[in-house]
Amino acid sequence: MDALALEATGGKKAANGVAAAAPPLPAAAPVKRKPAKKAKKAVVFFEVEILDAKTKDKLCFLDKVEPNATIGEIKSMFHKSHPQWYPARQSIRLDPKGKSLKDEDVLQHLPVGTTATFYFRDLGAQISWVTVFLTEYTGPLVIYLMFYFRVPFIYAPKYDFTTSKHWVVHLACMCHSFHYVKRLLETLFVHRFSHGTMPLRNIFKNCTYYWGFAAWMAYYINHPLYTPPIYGEQQIRLALILFLFCQIGNFSIHIALRNLRPPGSKTRKIPYPTKNPFTWIFLLVSCPNYTYELGSWLGFTLMTQCLPVAFFTLVGFIQMTVWAKGKHRSYLKEFRDYPPLRSPILPFIL
Amino acid sequence: MASSEEDGTVEEKENNNKKRTKSTLATAWLTFYNIAMTAGWLVLAIAMMRFYVQKGTHKGLYRSIARTLKFFQTFALVEVGHCAIGIVRTSVIVTGVQVCSRIFMVWFITNSIRQIQNEESVILFLVVWTVTEVTRYSYYTFKLLNHLPYFIKWARYNFFIVLYPLGVAGELLTIYAALPFVRRSGMYSMRLPNKYNVSFDYYYCLIVVMLSYIPLFPQLYFHMLRQRRKVLHGEVIVEKDD
Repeated sequence: MDALALEATGGKKAANGVAAAAPPLPAAAPVKRKPAKKAKKAVVFFEVEILDAKTKDKLCFLDKVEPNATIGEIKSMFHKSHPQWYPARQSIRLDPKGKSLKDEDVLQHLPVGTTATFYFRDLGAQISWVTVFLTEYTGPLVIYLMFYFRVPFIYAPKYDFTTSKHWVVHLACMCHSFHYVKRLLETLFVHRFSHGTMPLRNIFKNCTYYWGFAAWMAYYINHPLYTPPIYGEQQIRLALILFLFCQIGNFSIHIALRNLRPPGSKTRKIPYPTKNPFTWIFLLVSCPNYTYELGSWLGFTLMTQCLPVAFFTLVGFIQMTVWAKGKHRSYLKEFRDYPPLRSPILPFIL
Repeated sequence: MASSEEDGTVEEKENNNKKRTKSTLATAWLTFYNIAMTAGWLVLAIAMMRFYVQKGTHKGLYRSIARTLKFFQTFALVEVGHCAIGIVRTSVIVTGVQVCSRIFMVWFITNSIRQIQNEESVILFLVVWTVTEVTRYSYYTFKLLNHLPYFIKWARYNFFIVLYPLGVAGELLTIYAALPFVRRSGMYSMRLPNKYNVSFDYYYCLIVVMLSYIPLFPQLYFHMLRQRRKVLHGEVIVEKDD
């Protein structure tokens, strides 16, 4: 079963861009691989048993597993015997309460005997990060425009399809739309995700957050009784500069992070400032993408002078700080030589 | 919402000396706190009974105990702090939600909407709260003093079965009675246009609050039922971990 299973996953592996771990064979290249003939060296096959982490029931037993098989391959084999648990929703661990093993981990490098016991936990239905991002970002784009064009049933009927008389409202619409179009394009062409999937329930949670807040903000900014900023042109101009500066900055960081990682890989490296001045903030901050994002929304708040926008900025800031602190901590844990001057999200402060 | 919080057991710290002193200090403070709160709610109970016996009516009862109620219910905010610093092993969020809902009822409903202060529903939830709190705080006090009479434990884990729904009923009826007065006075509300470009309608906010009882009350109720099974019958509940 093992050799066939490995050959079956061979195609999948290549598609994932992970280096195919072909079984060690002597240099008989033109000869088609015969399952019966193995390497001249004695290959010690492993046996793998997979138990349920909670009930400890034996779910699957795999014999004659190649020692250099990866967890990813084992997941595929497990999927064959249990088709309802596709690899993305499998969590395989050495200890029932321990951390999940990575797909790239190799069987013979794990602290197991020749009969390896793994524990399985069902992560629940999964959905890809790309799908979630595209859905949660398309919502605000469309919703805001509906309020901007004053689609019926939102405001009083006499305002249907009218336009605001304040030019800052048009500017705000352009900025908001630009921001989400940028995010959509980055999701499609820039980001390299560490994880393929996340739990399905996240899409409902995330969409409620993004779509809900977008509707709440858009309602007031595009309202017929909207009050433009107190300090007028000056305030709007400053806000726009801040917004654009931070949008470019945020984009620069995303590009810099993308370039750290070769296509299809999941390597992690310390990001450093590049020739782009917008990345020089890496000297002081671990997650400048969040710093710039905060700046963008501060700019938008200033531009629209709208309390719901300020609220959205605050909530986003709190969440991003939590993420930044987590990322900063894992950088420190993973890299001994991590630059000590850096703060998670705000230089010297947070 | 009628509060019936989780066990507030003091977590025994490690062998570290410093930690032991902190634990003693924590125990001392918590004991004092729980005795004080038991006493406070007992005072409220007695004051309410005295008023009713002397006056024969519940009209004016709220006004007579308002200050004491506000003091002791507001002081309960420190319980959130207890969870946050870890001397009480309960989720900060659960405690926070329960204390906040009480604060909301006291300060934003009964205190600010005078016209409903003589409603029967107010007396209903006041009685429920008083019985619940006296039971709860005396339970914590006895637990901390390591002398827990079984009937207190029994009361804490059985009274809620009846009191919790009654309390919710009292609160919901009070909010419902307050609605017309809120609408007429436009209190706590803000309309457009204004320089913050925001609006808030307290009337609709109250309706949302009332609706929120629908998902929240069953969750808290069943949580207490599970706790009850665990504590009184020693059932091992297999938690659905995530």
